[in-house]
Amino acid sequence: MMKRVIEYFRSLLLIELMRGLGVTIRYFFRPGFTINYPEEKTPKSNRFRGLHALRRYPNGEERCIACKLCEAVCPALAITIEACQREDGSRRTTRYDIDLFKCIYCGFCEESCPVDSIVETGFLEYHFENREEAIMSKSQLLAIGDRFESEIAEKRQQDAAFR
Amino acid sequence: MLDMLFYLLWTIAKILMITVPLIITVAFYTYFERKVIGSMQIRVGPSRVGPLGLLQPFADVFKLLLKEIILPANANRFLFVLAPVIALAPAFAAWAVIPFSDLLVLADIDAGLIYVLALTSLSVYGVIIAGWASNSKYAFLGAMRSAAQTVSYEISMGFALVGVLILGGTLNLREIVLAQQGGIFDWFWLPLLPLFVIYMISGLAETNRAPFDVAEGESEIVAGFHVEYSGAAFAVFFLAEYANMILISSLTAVLFAGGWLSPFEGVPVLGETLLGEGSIFWFLAKTAVFMFMFLWYRATFPRYRYDQIMRLGWKVLIPITLVWVMVAALMAVLGLVVKGS
Repeated sequence: MMKRVIEYFRSLLLIELMRGLGVTIRYFFRPGFTINYPEEKTPKSNRFRGLHALRRYPNGEERCIACKLCEAVCPALAITIEACQREDGSRRTTRYDIDLFKCIYCGFCEESCPVDSIVETGFLEYHFENREEAIMSKSQLLAIGDRFESEIAEKRQQDAAFR
Repeated sequence: MLDMLFYLLWTIAKILMITVPLIITVAFYTYFERKVIGSMQIRVGPSRVGPLGLLQPFADVFKLLLKEIILPANANRFLFVLAPVIALAPAFAAWAVIPFSDLLVLADIDAGLIYVLALTSLSVYGVIIAGWASNSKYAFLGAMRSAAQTVSYEISMGFALVGVLILGGTLNLREIVLAQQGGIFDWFWLPLLPLFVIYMISGLAETNRAPFDVAEGESEIVAGFHVEYSGAAFAVFFLAEYANMILISSLTAVLFAGGWLSPFEGVPVLGETLLGEGSIFWFLAKTAVFMFMFLWYRATFPRYRYDQIMRLGWKVLIPITLVWVMVAALMAVLGLVVKGS
């Protein structure tokens, strides 16, 4: 009984509320750690799996030999490959599509590739304005590879010891 | 005739001198609310529009003004449009009697306190009419809650003012401030500490601010009484809410914290300098402090449940105010608080 009376008068002193206010005012004076995104960016691992790219050899020849390992391993069935013999007798793809809506960015294609042709770049800021645009064709993927080649090569280099 | 015209124009000019800065303050108050709550949640708040996001309020205003005002089906057109005006008008009209400093009062009337009390309770009609005229169940629920809440807290607020009245011995707001002369410990907040706290709590409830925002109740009844409002009509409700907050802050400053009086009055060294003199800046500073507290509470406290609000209003605040009004009366009779010492 006595305890309840004391408790009642204690509650009138608003001690709990003051404590709550103390917490918020402490955070008020604490510096924030917001990163202003387009201007500042968080660091990214060199194993980051972003937009896909098809690479070329330094002499300009495309790496992909149409082994279709990536197509087979892809858990989301996002990759579609058609291949035939080129005039010089080598096996090359005639079609290499990745459906970015299906893709789950697991990186299995990259790991399965025997010639390091299909890779995932660190590039993540892309968008589509039509549904069709989400299907990346071979020429688009090669263009992305050309655009980021130096970056891709550098990241492979950094990660080489662990592969 | 010319005299009359001049008098009229001069009065209108004086009204504009109060309302225009008030509207600008409201605009930046919304900005500071977002900034302050942002910092308390370790975010940054608006930072994109203009330097440091300072133009954000203008962006918001223009966005709202350019939007369409949608009239809900079967809504009472006349009342639907009238409601925001009724909500806004008292919030502005009450400023007429607020003493900014010893000389800066628009209307130095003797029944100032009663006038303020009457006008602050009038603003609930805007809410009720808005809720009813919207023809929407959520709006109606919000309006009912708001009505019950305002009626309950009106009483404790009134009693808190009675305490001030007893010690001040006058209804004139300017004279109430003058009765608090002498440093920070001669202001009414100290002898009337429980009433001061209760006045601030009731002020939160009167303005439907967190933690008493069941009338809006974002997470349960969407936006409460103004769900159906959009565009400029919504902006007016917004303006009314913030103008009311500023009004309650300034009233707290006037009634309990010595209005324009300096806290350093009578202090040996500081009291001699410019800081010791009462001026409008002290009034504005005190109002700003209380305005900050509104934001601080919103960032801290979770929303009250409806029955808890009723319990707090009727079973806690009113008994305490009743007791303390007696205590204040005793203090006044026994001469413990010397008026204008």
